[in-house]
Amino acid sequence: MSVLKKLAILMRSSVREIGESVVDANATRIYEQEILDAKHNVAQARGDLTGVMAKEMQSAREIERLRGEVARYEALALEALTKQQDTLAEEVAGRVAELELELDEQTKAHASYAVQVARLKELIKGAEAKIREHERQIVMAKTTESVYRATRSIADSVDGTGSKLLSAKESLERIRQRHEDLSDRMTAAEQLEREVGSKALEAKLAAAGIGPDADRRASILARIRARAETSVASGGADKPAVSE
Amino acid sequence: MKTLQEQLRGLDLMTSAALGGLSVQLQPIPGDVEVIQVSIEQRDALPIYVTCSDSQVLCMCYLWADEDVRAERRTELLETLLDLNPSVPLSSFGRVGKHYVLLGALSRNARAEDVAQDVAALSDNAIDALDAMSEFLN
Repeated sequence: MSVLKKLAILMRSSVREIGESVVDANATRIYEQEILDAKHNVAQARGDLTGVMAKEMQSAREIERLRGEVARYEALALEALTKQQDTLAEEVAGRVAELELELDEQTKAHASYAVQVARLKELIKGAEAKIREHERQIVMAKTTESVYRATRSIADSVDGTGSKLLSAKESLERIRQRHEDLSDRMTAAEQLEREVGSKALEAKLAAAGIGPDADRRASILARIRARAETSVASGGADKPAVSE
Repeated sequence: MKTLQEQLRGLDLMTSAALGGLSVQLQPIPGDVEVIQVSIEQRDALPIYVTCSDSQVLCMCYLWADEDVRAERRTELLETLLDLNPSVPLSSFGRVGKHYVLLGALSRNARAEDVAQDVAALSDNAIDALDAMSEFLN
């Protein structure tokens, strides 16, 4: 049964209380042991595979050599026959027969090595799939355990400091407060924006010579000029034109 | 394998940056698994907890408990959570014991920057989720 299915059954039935381990520690250990075993098997199969593949290559080379030898001796036998050395030819034929026997054996061995290589590769593939699957299951089990254990620690710690853990009501209250806070701040920001905005507009108007403040400077200057002219007319040009 | 605390060095500053400068504090929680509490300014009712297993770093936010759910609307709540799950960025709804959680999972070797992104998303999502689901809660 998959860990997920086991968890679903566990959670539906009794173990809804945090504090009890949701995951069977024993089952986890068994899984972990199975992973270790499978990994060991894979390592061993890989070792075997290398050995068998080496033998397969050796036997292929041997087959090649034997075929060469057969051809060479057959040529020699042919030469002996053409030179009427029949006894010698027969002896050489005997040697060819031995070589062919050996070749036959090597061919059989080679075929059996090939079968073993295929079988070992299949075995390794299967074991690796099993490891992946077990590791996935373990991850689920351990994550569940971490989540539950962390929640227990958090609950203990919060209880220890006297505050109540995870009260939705309180959280909501605080969040509403925060929203009000935020909306107050936004209102304030809008006001500020309006004020700053209107001042900026007034400044722009004044700069363009529009509005009550626009020609104040010009009218003051005109007033002072007028007084200065009066003062010149009365002969007191070196006196300041202010303060009466 | 690095301890979670080593791995998450700088998480407070990175999370703070991801949340636009809100102040963030980290605090280890004692217990038999490594847990780090991430407290975020203005969101102190919804801290994020970061823990790990052999293969994953898990970020969790506890939303509410079974007893907070309005009994007559429970099925509706569960269906809504399932429906919403694919839409919530980087986080999934779940339940640990009686606690409804929002959960983000990363690789065990995730960088602190990535965890910070997840924590920030989780915190934003948790607030949205509580707000959206409040009608189902007592």
